[in-house]
Amino acid sequence: MARGLFSVTRTTGAGATALALVLFLALGTLVAVALRAEGAGAFTVADLAALRFTLVQATLSAALSIALAIPVGRALARRSFPGRGVLVMLLGAPFILPVIVAVFGLISVFGRSGLVSQALLALGLEPISIYGFHGVVLAHVFFNLPLATRLVLQGWLAIPAERFRLAASLGFTARDIARQLERPMLREVLPGAFLVIFLLCLTSFAVALALGGGPRATTIELAIYQAFRLDFDLGKAALLALVQFALGAAVALIALRVALPPGFGAGLDRAVSRWDANTPMLRALDAALITLATLFLVLPMTMIAVDGLPALATLPASVFTATARSLGVALASVILTLALALPIAAWSVKSGSRLVEGVGTLTIAASPLVIGTGLFIILFPITDPFALALPVTALVNAVMSLPFALRALVPALGQVEADFGRLADGLGMTGTARLRHLWLPRLARPLGFTAGLSAALSMGDLGVIALFASPDAPTLPLQIYRLLSAYRMDDAAGAALILLVTSLALFWVFDKGGRVNADA
Amino acid sequence: MRTPIIAAGLVCMAGAASAQDTLTVYTYDSFVTEWGPGPVIEQRFQERCDCDLEFVSVGDGAEILSRLRLEGERTEADVVLGLDENLAEAARDTALFAKHGVESPQLDLPIEWQDDMFLPFDWGYFAFVYDKTRVETPPASFEELAESDLSVVIQDPRSSTPGLGLVLWVKAVYGDDAADYWERLNDQVVTVTKGWSEAYGMFLEGEADMVLSYTTSPAYHLIAEDDDTKAAAPFENGHYMQIEIAGKVASTDNPDLADMFLDFMLTDGFQGAIPTTNWMYPAKMPAEGLPEGFDTLHEPEKALVYLGSEAEAIRDDAIEEWRAVSSQ
Repeated sequence: MARGLFSVTRTTGAGATALALVLFLALGTLVAVALRAEGAGAFTVADLAALRFTLVQATLSAALSIALAIPVGRALARRSFPGRGVLVMLLGAPFILPVIVAVFGLISVFGRSGLVSQALLALGLEPISIYGFHGVVLAHVFFNLPLATRLVLQGWLAIPAERFRLAASLGFTARDIARQLERPMLREVLPGAFLVIFLLCLTSFAVALALGGGPRATTIELAIYQAFRLDFDLGKAALLALVQFALGAAVALIALRVALPPGFGAGLDRAVSRWDANTPMLRALDAALITLATLFLVLPMTMIAVDGLPALATLPASVFTATARSLGVALASVILTLALALPIAAWSVKSGSRLVEGVGTLTIAASPLVIGTGLFIILFPITDPFALALPVTALVNAVMSLPFALRALVPALGQVEADFGRLADGLGMTGTARLRHLWLPRLARPLGFTAGLSAALSMGDLGVIALFASPDAPTLPLQIYRLLSAYRMDDAAGAALILLVTSLALFWVFDKGGRVNADA
Repeated sequence: MRTPIIAAGLVCMAGAASAQDTLTVYTYDSFVTEWGPGPVIEQRFQERCDCDLEFVSVGDGAEILSRLRLEGERTEADVVLGLDENLAEAARDTALFAKHGVESPQLDLPIEWQDDMFLPFDWGYFAFVYDKTRVETPPASFEELAESDLSVVIQDPRSSTPGLGLVLWVKAVYGDDAADYWERLNDQVVTVTKGWSEAYGMFLEGEADMVLSYTTSPAYHLIAEDDDTKAAAPFENGHYMQIEIAGKVASTDNPDLADMFLDFMLTDGFQGAIPTTNWMYPAKMPAEGLPEGFDTLHEPEKALVYLGSEAEAIRDDAIEEWRAVSSQ
């Protein structure tokens, strides 16, 4: 295929530049950290405890999410009821839900003065507390049960309906079907799902920060933050950062060897006819499971609206300036994400190299706090890192949403080039012209989705900003964390509602925008 | 002590642009809340300085020092207010502070204060505070506390000066057996908060039976809320003292204004506000004396304190000792 030399070099150049920046942020910062870690003292007992806590909570969170996802996924797979489509869609929502908002919702339901505790008090029982190990695990299950359920549900729906029909005609009982059809499927799906969730919980920062409750419930990420912000021990922070990176890389490598379930599947909207599960008891069981899972998901979100609405009128002005600040960060992050993702996707498609996309996806195992620590060490001798808090946050957010962006863009761009590439070559359409007249219009949909996703993720992020923020310039998630820890629950509720609505609206506007253009 | 009314502690920035000089003072959360000393002190100082006094809250006391180390000489801070005697040596070691230049300051502290870099602005005794309606017989010593099944909420010594005070208090009482004591208390610690505000808030919400605070804390409830149900448990081991201090940042571009503020700090305009806004004893007794209600407070017979470089010598080890046990 003859392509203009000019276009190839330009694509390669832009792609290589973007990739170099990603490599620098993912690995370059690690080098800065490693050089700094040399003088650090040994791991203390408390650091070991943080390591143990990180591993134990991640294992338990992933195991619980999966264990609960199996019956819920099965119930969703074999029942059809009004609202099923909405519920399945809702299972995708926690992914773009700001962590601190969810934490607030969980406190309103499971906290000391939350719904569950009130019910227990009414029954004459002791109220429950959400702080500590079980609170961290609860929040992780809240985030990951929907993801696990979606993955398991995909597995179920991938079993051809004919098999179930055949099984029915052979007189299989529910137990036979489980043995012949379901368990083999689960054996394939579950290891990958477990590892993905384990990896997500491994780098958990905001949940541990808000619900951890002291040294007993400290993750490595949180320990990095504490070494940095409280002890000003950059050597210790760097040492912990290396441990965190090694953990993430190890799990990611194992995950690559295990077949990963596809992230975005289609065709989840129909239930398979299941003659074996038509007994009243199984029907009642599935109904109960679906109801409980829905309540677990929806109740905390509802509480944010219930608590937040009355507080909106009296919110302090600082919440609105924080909102404006976060919106700026989110929009900057969208631009940066696209500016990184498009050249990398283009290079990946043109070179046909899986490696290019692979390197771009590297940050999925990276920790924002490690990147943040590294950037701080690099920036400090040159300039005031705190003055750069917001740009750094936008950049780190962009790099963190890059894996998802590439996942959406690379296949789509590959398709566009396969369909129209020769025509464009024939017309001599290269460089900017190709970008404007071919790629952008044809990629409107995945671009809109990518922009929406990175905007929502950045809007709700509470990670690297916690390291860099000036006391008087917090983003909205950081401001909510401060209100929460100051027990200003009313204001926190109002602010959480604003963050929830803004994040969802950002996603919706960009995603919808992409669709409108595509249809025009 | 700090005002128990909790707030996020964000300073409302006066947006008015003027040619006035701005004096930036780093302090802790509860100092700048609506009910804390911040607003009234800001108003009174601005009346005499023709300047803009800006309090910036950076978390709890110990976080102020971490923040300053992170920022180094680039810091915007002119004055730092809210460290305590346990951090004075560490703060001195940063070489970021300048001498205050006040010769033999007139103070009313129970101990002699000799420090050419930091000046005290108030003081108090740490104590476990409880609700009389929920706890009938409070513990009278650390031993009784560990033997009881009362739940407590304490602060992280790495971010909070009361948290650090408690670690040193236990060290002063138990010495080499401190780790053993922490082990026995561990089960009763509901949670370790980052700052005093969070911990006191949790206690008021009923999340714990007792909270580490000050012997002066009940005065707030008595005077401001007309509520006499809160009390500090007297410990026969003695009570650790806190002396809260302020210092001038060496890199300040407003050294005269900073000096003026430190002078003002020991006058009645500042000291008179301390008892009923920060709920601590004033470092220099104001002309009007202590407000009614302070006479009902427990006055420890035995005061414990590490002075000079003593605290610094044991601080890191004492914290690591606590952290090792508390992380189990």
